[in-house]
Amino acid sequence: MGGTYALNEYQTGCGMNSSSAIVARGLQKKFGAVTAAADLQIEIAHGARVSLIGSNGAGKTTFVNMLTGYIKPDAGDILLEGRSIVGLAPRQIARLGVARSFQIPQLYKALSVQDNLLAAIAAQQSALSFWRPAHHPESVAHAHEILQRFDLLVHADRLVSELPGGVRKLLDIAMALTRQPTVLLLDEPTSGVSADEKFPMMDTVMRALEGSRTTVLFVEHDMDIVARYSERVIAFYSGRIIADGLPEVALAMPDVKRYVTGEMIAVDDHA
Amino acid sequence: MRTCLIGLICIAALLLAGTALPRWLTFLLTMSFANGIVALGIMLLMRSGVVSFGQGLVFATGGYTAALGFGVLGISDGLLLTLGGGLVAALLAAPFAWLIARYRGIFFAMLTLALSMVMYGLLVKSTAFGGSDGLNIGRVSYLGMRPADAWVGYANYAVTVVVVGIVSILMRVYFDSVRGLVALSARDNEIRVEYLGSSVQSLIATNFIIAAFCGGVGGALAVIALGHVEPDYSYWTRSGDFVFVAILAGHHSVLAAFIASVALELVRSFSSAYFPHSWQLAMGLFLLAVIRFLPTGIGSLWAVRTRSTSTKRGAA
Repeated sequence: MGGTYALNEYQTGCGMNSSSAIVARGLQKKFGAVTAAADLQIEIAHGARVSLIGSNGAGKTTFVNMLTGYIKPDAGDILLEGRSIVGLAPRQIARLGVARSFQIPQLYKALSVQDNLLAAIAAQQSALSFWRPAHHPESVAHAHEILQRFDLLVHADRLVSELPGGVRKLLDIAMALTRQPTVLLLDEPTSGVSADEKFPMMDTVMRALEGSRTTVLFVEHDMDIVARYSERVIAFYSGRIIADGLPEVALAMPDVKRYVTGEMIAVDDHA
Repeated sequence: MRTCLIGLICIAALLLAGTALPRWLTFLLTMSFANGIVALGIMLLMRSGVVSFGQGLVFATGGYTAALGFGVLGISDGLLLTLGGGLVAALLAAPFAWLIARYRGIFFAMLTLALSMVMYGLLVKSTAFGGSDGLNIGRVSYLGMRPADAWVGYANYAVTVVVVGIVSILMRVYFDSVRGLVALSARDNEIRVEYLGSSVQSLIATNFIIAAFCGGVGGALAVIALGHVEPDYSYWTRSGDFVFVAILAGHHSVLAAFIASVALELVRSFSSAYFPHSWQLAMGLFLLAVIRFLPTGIGSLWAVRTRSTSTKRGAA
């Protein structure tokens, strides 16, 4: 396997640093006979922009689901800024600083864009107030500031059910960012978005994240997006990491070409 | 502030109007408002995405608490009996709240219905609660004053208006609060609420207890006005009436719960007077018409428009 050298280098030589945003140690997960995570070792620094790539069933979504508490690993540990988060419920992990957007945007369709943001801001409070108005001027100003960063202010009064797909994606990400998370997980942020819109959309997201220390992990199938917006690529195949490194290095690896991008590989390369 | 002002104006207007209304209408309004506050509790649950088919349980609990408080404990103050009815209903609901809040849809509805029917069975069989005959409650006083015979009906009406009015103002404040908005968003998408850091189960459980308090208050007010309570208060058809009113009202407007309740009582009273053998048919047609033309309830006629206007004002 062409990626074996890279795999060993990253899995054995990275000397896990507890001050990192995320450290995954020996993560294992099986669904029956299918191995979705096989002894994953991952360390991700604060502020990093990391792409998780792999074909369907490779294990990237399982990793994201373990990170957000949706599923519990069979073995191993996940540390968020040095604190173990294995076994915690999604809402507890969210409170500790892990936010996510979804492949299919999870929004409140019956509410306006502004109310979606206000609900996201409200949900952050540890004790939800029975008295404080949700439309308090401070909260509205905060919501407008976030909408402005995502170029969504113009849609503030529209119902979510009336919005086009790209705008829904942005709103989904904007809602995840209201908490100013330590880690932001973007699950296929450009899926379902037209080819013309995906780069402007990602530009908007990256602009909104400028200056923040938020670590961003995005699961992505579009290699143009991966190459342009990430500074590190982690490639999964059959529950294992087959490459981990700079985009230009990782995407050029034969195993990544074979199992992820589906490119034809010359016989010499394979040898 | 605006909510309080509108609420206080409505209370004052209803108190004033009550002095000029015929007795039959005052009584009908008293019962409508007492039933309306139970439906308001269901509306609160509907805003968090669930519907209780068993509010007869808390309605009966409130009623029996008032009757037992009067007959056994010797409490004659109607306000104390009403508050006691609400508190006992909330206490009864609390142990079940977190369990029931784990369920959704028909399972939530059936569990609440099952609890109310268990209550019905206990009440029918228990001699301490008067068995199938129920219990009577005498004339109550209010803040130490016992109304004269001619004013009993109005006094009950006035107290019902004030109590229901205060609860409605508080409920509107809650609907518009941070917690109210998060509960409303849970109706739309529980996954998102959980991933933003809030517990949907906790929201629903809390709303279930508040709805129980409203149901208990409604039961106590109804029993004080009627002078009698019986196990039928906990029967499933009674719970169905409250659900009927809540569906009629929708989940947008507090006021709609009471308008819907009055509408139901009027339709029921007049149709049973003019079509004594087929008034249920008239009721069914009425509900069909509402579902066809106002699927989100009569409150949507004005509440959605108001929200849209205020959102635009906020954005400006």
